[in-house]
Amino acid sequence: MAGLADGLPPETLQIAYLLAGVLFILGLQRLTHPRTAARGNLISASGMVLAVGATVLWFEILSPLVLAAALLVGAAIGTWLATTVETTDMPQLVGLFNGFGGGASALVAGAELVDQVGTAGTASDLSVTVTAAAGVTGLVGAVTFCGSLVAAGKLHGVLEDPIRYSGENVVKAVTLLAAVVVGVALVTQSPRFGPLQLGAFATPYWVLLALASILGVLLVVPIGGADMPVVIALLNACSGLAAASTGFVLDNSVLIIAGTLVGASGIILTVIMCRSMNRSLRNVLFSEYGGASAAAG
Amino acid sequence: MAFVEHLTLFVLAAFLGYELITKIPATLHTPLISGTNAISGITLIGSVLVAGSGNTTLATVLGFFAVVLATINVVGGYLISQKMLKSFGRRRGD
Repeated sequence: MAGLADGLPPETLQIAYLLAGVLFILGLQRLTHPRTAARGNLISASGMVLAVGATVLWFEILSPLVLAAALLVGAAIGTWLATTVETTDMPQLVGLFNGFGGGASALVAGAELVDQVGTAGTASDLSVTVTAAAGVTGLVGAVTFCGSLVAAGKLHGVLEDPIRYSGENVVKAVTLLAAVVVGVALVTQSPRFGPLQLGAFATPYWVLLALASILGVLLVVPIGGADMPVVIALLNACSGLAAASTGFVLDNSVLIIAGTLVGASGIILTVIMCRSMNRSLRNVLFSEYGGASAAAG
Repeated sequence: MAFVEHLTLFVLAAFLGYELITKIPATLHTPLISGTNAISGITLIGSVLVAGSGNTTLATVLGFFAVVLATINVVGGYLISQKMLKSFGRRRGD
């Protein structure tokens, strides 16, 4: 805490985060009414500027050039994509952005693990809260990243048809189970898991990330293009939850508040969208092989 | 902050997020997904922290990519939501 805001009382950052959280809530509230929606988006954007600005000014940045370069590159790409997109292509671009958010969360948790193992000396010094939250972030973040890429591709007309095969739910379940086992190895640090020890490179975390990435692809590939808006809505909720669990890893309140708001509102929106199609979420995600799809093809 | 305090924030924010969205017109579904998606770019804060702390080279490299991805999410997300909502307003003749 020796950034540019040196000399301010230590509570300043938390107050700034609280204000940002309030702005997100007000913005979200206004986004639900047609007349105030555009204003709500601006309110929420001002909350983001406040939260990010306070963070950059508050903490000592040891590699300012790296940070500035990354911010510039990201802002340039984001602006370019958002301003050049055709109206009809907007949904897939939102899906793509959403995937990037989930991917960023997964990378942050990994980087923090690498950092903490580096400073703690031995992996067993890490608290269970940190490793467990990092595991959740990695799982949800990577599923969001890969799932969103597939979903955006389907909306864009690539891979539009659902890809189905017999026993697909078993394959998904086995992949999830493998990811959970690696997650347990990450959290418990038990020597029984052999090579899955948390070394300097946080190996089990990256294995978890790889499995979760495969799972993300497996989950979205069998779903038809027409159901993609619901899938994007659900993945949006996931990217929020990934951000929230990143907050647990980094001990950061505004990440938890904003991420959870997105997660909860995203889940309820997903349910509302399913209901308006007269279907259940389970039916959209896991409609059994041989059911509706066999009749269709 | 302690874990329990974080958990408190999590549970309260979850209820709030649920309550805020229960009444929403169908036309606003896509803009809402886009708008909340931009908010989930808050993970940019975490990215900034790990990219800027520079403890190890690996963490800095990972942080760099995290900042790029999260900034695309935030900047692109807010811009595209605004674009969507503007065309929405025009359609309604406001």
